[in-house]
Amino acid sequence: MSAITNVARASLSKDLRLEWRSKDAINSMLFFALLVVIFSFSFDPTAEESRRIAGGLVWVAFLFAAVVALNQTWARELRNQVLDAYRVSPAPANALFLAKAFGNFIFVIVLETFMTPLFIVFYNLRALGPAYQLLIVSALGTWALVVNGTFFAAMSLRTRSREIMLPLLLFPISIPALLATVEATTAILTGDFSAKFWIVLLAAYNVVFTTACLLLFDTVLNAE
Amino acid sequence: MNHVSHAAATPIIVIHDLVKQFGRFAALRGVSAEFVSGRLYAIVGENGAGKTTLLRSLAGLTRPTRGTISMLGTTDLRSVCRQVGYMAHPSLLYDEMAGMENLRYFARLYGIQDDERCAATITAVGLDPTLTRPVGQYSQGMRQRMSLARAMIHDPRILLLDEPFSNVDAHSARQMTHLLKQLRDAGKTIFVVTHQASQLEHAADEFVQMEAGLITRRTRELMMAETP
Amino acid sequence: MIRRTFPILGVLTAVLLSYGLYEALIGAPTEQSMGDVQRIFYYHAPSAWTAFLLFGINFVASVVYLIQRSIKADIIALVTAEVGVVFCTVVLVTGPIWARPVWGIWWTWDIRLTSTLVLWLIYVSYLILRRFSSSGQTPLMAAVLAIFGALDVPLVYFSIRFFRTQHPQPVIGGEGSIDPKMLQVALINWAGFLCFACLVCWSRYRLELLQREVEETEALEALLDSRKAQ
Repeated sequence: MSAITNVARASLSKDLRLEWRSKDAINSMLFFALLVVIFSFSFDPTAEESRRIAGGLVWVAFLFAAVVALNQTWARELRNQVLDAYRVSPAPANALFLAKAFGNFIFVIVLETFMTPLFIVFYNLRALGPAYQLLIVSALGTWALVVNGTFFAAMSLRTRSREIMLPLLLFPISIPALLATVEATTAILTGDFSAKFWIVLLAAYNVVFTTACLLLFDTVLNAE
Repeated sequence: MNHVSHAAATPIIVIHDLVKQFGRFAALRGVSAEFVSGRLYAIVGENGAGKTTLLRSLAGLTRPTRGTISMLGTTDLRSVCRQVGYMAHPSLLYDEMAGMENLRYFARLYGIQDDERCAATITAVGLDPTLTRPVGQYSQGMRQRMSLARAMIHDPRILLLDEPFSNVDAHSARQMTHLLKQLRDAGKTIFVVTHQASQLEHAADEFVQMEAGLITRRTRELMMAETP
Repeated sequence: MIRRTFPILGVLTAVLLSYGLYEALIGAPTEQSMGDVQRIFYYHAPSAWTAFLLFGINFVASVVYLIQRSIKADIIALVTAEVGVVFCTVVLVTGPIWARPVWGIWWTWDIRLTSTLVLWLIYVSYLILRRFSSSGQTPLMAAVLAIFGALDVPLVYFSIRFFRTQHPQPVIGGEGSIDPKMLQVALINWAGFLCFACLVCWSRYRLELLQREVEETEALEALLDSRKAQ
């Protein structure tokens, strides 16, 4: 167990350090800021409408951000075949998976934190329901996308058209999570109904798929 | 096939009828061999002879289509992976990190938290542990030596090196060869796949010649290995 | 035994499907509110049941493959996925055709229709993965994806069901109980579809098995030839 946390921690800190150094993330942030602006030109609703559709809009934008992050999950490991060094070592595959998943999670949360104020400004958003629940929904929804995304990114490594394969595999499986996240966000923004069921569903989704990913990642990593 | 006899020594690796096929292409066509500990084996042969596939099979990176590999008494290669160090033509290092940073990370994969040990290993391959330049900016010779350091950091009994001298300057090559001899003298078993067999002329204990997926000849002397 | 069973099954399929067609178009009573459009139900529902059954078999075969690495399990998984997607497509096409004249809309978040759509998407991505992945890994990756898909199914069902309680939608197929004669016709068609699915899966299975045996023999030949040349 401690081997997993040690290796995961070492891998995660390495990834965060490299990400910080490369400053590639800044490009992503600027791109997504632009995306928010474009969305607000395209959909210019009244305050009442905006609360009802913002949930969907915001999460479509976040989904874009997630796919961008996920597509480069293993990029550094592919150069110079670093994955071989990992496979040859006694380090558990799960540790690598957790490190990558958490790294992606942090990256996407940072992007969301950056984009949210922009959305609030452009759409004049104000939550009529319990706003603190939005934090829970963001965390659960992001993890749902990122955990499966990291896993499918590893699966896509052995396919042609890697960048298309990832969203192709991820989106259908993520439909219940996306539905739950959008509905929960809409519920909180409009205050029309309770987000509780959706939050429970998201939690269940996360438990099921995190377990599945942890159990099956070793198989995927070590398939030739 | 010239068979080289050794003074009674138990084999550390036993390969039996190893076959590896990629679709219709058979990279290994039934390799059987025994390798004894404390020797430096040079695996030589043309491109496509199966040398890399053999090495990757020993490393556990490629699963055999048929046949068995027994290493240190077991066929479960994953259980003895701590005793194996692997190096390939790509550096298996992160280009964006310095040498010491790379080594520190890969040492952690083996549960090694000791910075001094990392520094000592880097010095052993003839590089400067305090160098902050990212590995991506190293020359090929420096990169291969750093990759060797990564392969050695956990002090494995068996080293598997795939084309370590490829595109490497003479100085780095000599340094690596010297180090390999020292490691062999210390009791390690080393396998070097190489096109430049002459580099190991005075270092290798045995030259294992491969051709079209089979071991055709095993000799003590380089001269004989090159005669058709 | 195979030589005799296959044609018998073929004849049985033809008989069931023709009888089913007659009953569906003429024999079954006309539905009181929707009229003749409702007859599409006799193709819509049995297709869905067949598709779900095939995907269920796919899941079991995938698990068996993961545990035993049995080639036959992998072929069964491939075959049921392919035929399942076909039946799924039928459901997705007949659904809107039914909905349009009755409710005036092409699509509705009907729980069965939506679940079928998600299943269709998952299995199409499964088939694309099989086509695009490098041949050594394909069975393994596909089996893993199938398991993820199967885990997703109950979550899809509950999420859509709850969505519907919050945003009420029309139900394709009508609410409440079904006329026993109508049920009978649907079941006849289902039996026909099952036989048809069996026929196609069986043929496809044999074809795929033969193909793989040929590949393996060629590989073995290549191996022995070069060994002899040594």
